[in-house]
Formats: sequence, structure tokens, C-alpha cells
Amino acid sequence: MDDVYVLGAGMTPFGKHPDRTAADLGAAAVLEALDDAGVALADIEAAWVGSVFQGMAMGQRALGDGGISGIPITNVENACSSGSTAIWDAAMSIRAGVYEVVIALGVEHLTGQFRGAFTPDESDIEAQRGLTMPSVYAMRAQRHFAEFGTTTEQLAAIASKNKRNAALNPLAQFKKPVTVEEVLASRMIADPLHLQECAPVSDGASAVVLVSKAKRDQLGRGRAIRLAASVLKSGRKEVGLPEMTFEDLTHRAAEEAYAVSGIGPEEIRFAEVHDCFSIAEALRVEGLGLFPRGEYPARVVKGEADLDGRLPVNGSGGLLGKGHPLGATGVAQVVEVVRQLRGEAGDRQIPGAKVGLAHCRGGKAQGVEGTACTVNILTV
Amino acid sequence: MSGALPVPAPAVFPETAPFWEATARGKLLLSRCEDCGAVIWYPRPLCPACGRPRVSWVEASGRGSVYSFTVVHRNAVDGYREAVPYVVAYVELEEGPRVLTNIVGCDPEAVTIGMPVSATFDDTGHGSALFRFRPA
Repeated sequence: MDDVYVLGAGMTPFGKHPDRTAADLGAAAVLEALDDAGVALADIEAAWVGSVFQGMAMGQRALGDGGISGIPITNVENACSSGSTAIWDAAMSIRAGVYEVVIALGVEHLTGQFRGAFTPDESDIEAQRGLTMPSVYAMRAQRHFAEFGTTTEQLAAIASKNKRNAALNPLAQFKKPVTVEEVLASRMIADPLHLQECAPVSDGASAVVLVSKAKRDQLGRGRAIRLAASVLKSGRKEVGLPEMTFEDLTHRAAEEAYAVSGIGPEEIRFAEVHDCFSIAEALRVEGLGLFPRGEYPARVVKGEADLDGRLPVNGSGGLLGKGHPLGATGVAQVVEVVRQLRGEAGDRQIPGAKVGLAHCRGGKAQGVEGTACTVNILTV
Repeated sequence: MSGALPVPAPAVFPETAPFWEATARGKLLLSRCEDCGAVIWYPRPLCPACGRPRVSWVEASGRGSVYSFTVVHRNAVDGYREAVPYVVAYVELEEGPRVLTNIVGCDPEAVTIGMPVSATFDDTGHGSALFRFRPA
């Protein structure tokens, strides 16, 4: 099987873009990624486009605006992992030897579509209990408190860290650092999660150009980043006992990514993970095996996950700080890892970063642990 | 608090009709696999543990304890928007499954993990009732 490389990366600013369309945002990210890769529109052989709430043929609309048409275009919906699933699909096509230059785009325009939190499917037997996405994670937080002694202040420190990192990222939705005290003083959404511990409603797009080894050698210019593993898993059926403090789904995706790449968790220098809520970041990194189970919130307080810490987590600002345009999120995480590995991350650069991991997990459907989870491992 | 939460009629499908009909009589039904014995939640026609279709209904005691919970302070959905603060919880039934529900009939701040609770049924007026739980 052929190796896969990320040759180009592009991303719009995340945030509120009421004056722009999803197609317009998507086209901007595509053109930046192509420019970054040094390839022409006509070089793109196939495209995969992730979005969640954009309706039919999002990919054809965005790529058409960017000047790409006629090639195979596949639209991908996999909840919050839609964009990273597009990368998985695109990478597979190169590994299989079918194509040599492909693009994965993630795009979402939510302003005007949603005000508050998402709610579950109303056909589920457990619907109509007033469940919101924040309350799903609030209950997981309460179990983490009960099982491991985690505190509200420790979770607030996760949110504060990510907002601090976002303030160093020109593309982030939130530009101001937020202290632990300010997190705790923000409005309670679902106890113990405050407003500042919940990902915002965002618009944005991100794209990566993936190439084969032969194309990397021909075009690489020394800036190509190797995609050492790209893994997709879905949640297992639940018979009746939802597990709340350990993510089997994240764990299984990570174990396969470590096996495929030959890179173990101890070699991961930094990670971008799916912090849709403060507690989510803890559940992700513990499931990934990057921190011991139950200990992450306390270790954040000690600075271990800071940009200058042992294992920086969400140096981009994460979903909490950078923003969370659903379909774009999984691609944007890979864009961030690529920029860190190239040494192009500016004020938030992690010195000597050679190996990075991106984790994206989305959705909840009745009877399964989660909808989809991807783990990508990238190396210089 | 109890009574403040909306009681909309659920979407009823052929495979869940017996479940909802029982709620109207104040009964909480669970599914059990005749082949592997698994107690199944949520109810469905194929056993998720072994994949076989011989699934039957058993009546739950309606007793359990709070496995986890949250006091919801914001929900943009009509009916729940006005009901805040209210409690969403997973209750672990005596029979094993953890069900998503509300805790009613007490101050939301009084709910704790491990608290014993029993089922209560809010009639929707459409031949079904929403199962919720109150302190036992």
C-alpha cells in the first residue's frame, strides 16, 4: 500500500460569518490548500467533502465555486467526524493506488441555523426528557467527579487553557484569554458545565491536499507531512449499560492508529482532540492513552497540557477556543497538526514537534456508544 | 420540579407499541433475550448482545438508583426552555440497564449519585405515559 502525505493545508477563520455562504467558505479553504500544496485545480483527481447540516451536494457547490468540477466528488456526513471521515476516505484512495492527488474538505455554516445546543433524534425512546448535548457531557462529568475526585475548578482549567491558546491563533473564534475564575463565573448551562466550557456555534471551512509518495517526491518541496495512520471507527452497540467515563470508541480507534503507524502513545508530542466540552477533552486524552485514566483534569492544573508542557493538548485553542463548525472541525485539526510539524504555528508553536495526533469524535445515536471517531497520526 | 416538565406524546412504532401501551398502565417494560438472557435497553426486535430475534417483554420493578445526573439550566426547546432548572439523569434499574430519564418530585439540588428512586408515569393523554423517577 502506498504512503500518504499531506502536501497542502488551508483554513478560513472560524467564527460568525453571517455575510458568507458555506460554498464561499469552502472554496476559500480549497484554494488556500491548493496554493499551499503548489498544485493546480486540474491536478485534483477526486474530492471528499464533509458537512453535517448543509443539505444536498455541499461538495459540488463549494468545489464548483473553487473551480473544481467533473471529477468524482463524494459528500460525507458522519456527525462531528464528517470532515475527518472525508480525510479517511481520501487517504484510502491513495493507499489503494487509485489516485495520486486528492482533496478533503470540511465545511459548515451554522449561523442562523442554530441558536442553542443540539438535541437528540425525537424518534428515540429516550427522547422528550429535555436532554441536550451539554447535559450528556454534564452527566459524564458528574461520574468523573464521583469516580476520580475531579473538581469543577479542574474542568474550568481545561477551558481556560484552550481559550488562552486560541488567543494565540489568528484563525480562532475567541481572541481573549479567559481565566479559571471567569469560566466559573459564566452562566451555568448543565451542572457542572458553564457557558465557557461549551463549544460555540461556528462557521468555517478547512481543506487538505493529500498525495502519494511519488507525487510527494515530485512536488514535495520539503514541506510534505506524512499521514502515518488514518483510522475510522464507529460506536459499538450498547445492550443497556452506557459507559460514561471511559471511551471504548476512542480507545479502539487509537489502538489501531498506534498499531498501523508503529508509533505508540508515548511518542506523541502533542494532540488536537475533540473538546466539544471541557470534560470531553479529559475523556478523549484518557481514552487515547495519552494520560492515565482519571488523572487528566488534575494534570492540566499542573500545566502538563500547556503549550510548554509535557504533552500540549489543543494548542490551536481546540473546539472551545478555535470554534466548532462541525464538518470543518476534523479537517482543521489536521491542518493545525500539519502547521505545527512544519514549524508554521507562529506564537503557539510547539518547539521540536515531530509527531502529532488528531482525534475527532462525533454524535450520539440511540443504542450505540457514539457515531464515529477518527484518529490521525502525522509525522515530519 | 414535577409538573413543570412538558409531557409530549412520544413517537410510537410497531416494535415499541407494547412498551408505550404499558406505560399508560403505569408499567415499565424491559426486553429480555430468550436465547442469551440479556436484559436489553432500549427495547428492540433483535438482541444486541447475540443478534437473535427471540426477544420478549418483562416487567421491571420500577426501582433503581441515580447513576449520574445533571441540573439543566438552559434548553432552547419549547416546553423545556420554561422548565429549567430540571434534572436529566441516568437511572440504573434493579434489573441492570441504565435508562435516560428525569428526576422529579424533589428539589433539583437535592439529587445525588446513588440516590434510590422509583418510577412515576406522566400521562401524555394519547395512550402513553413518559416514565420519570422520583425519590423512593
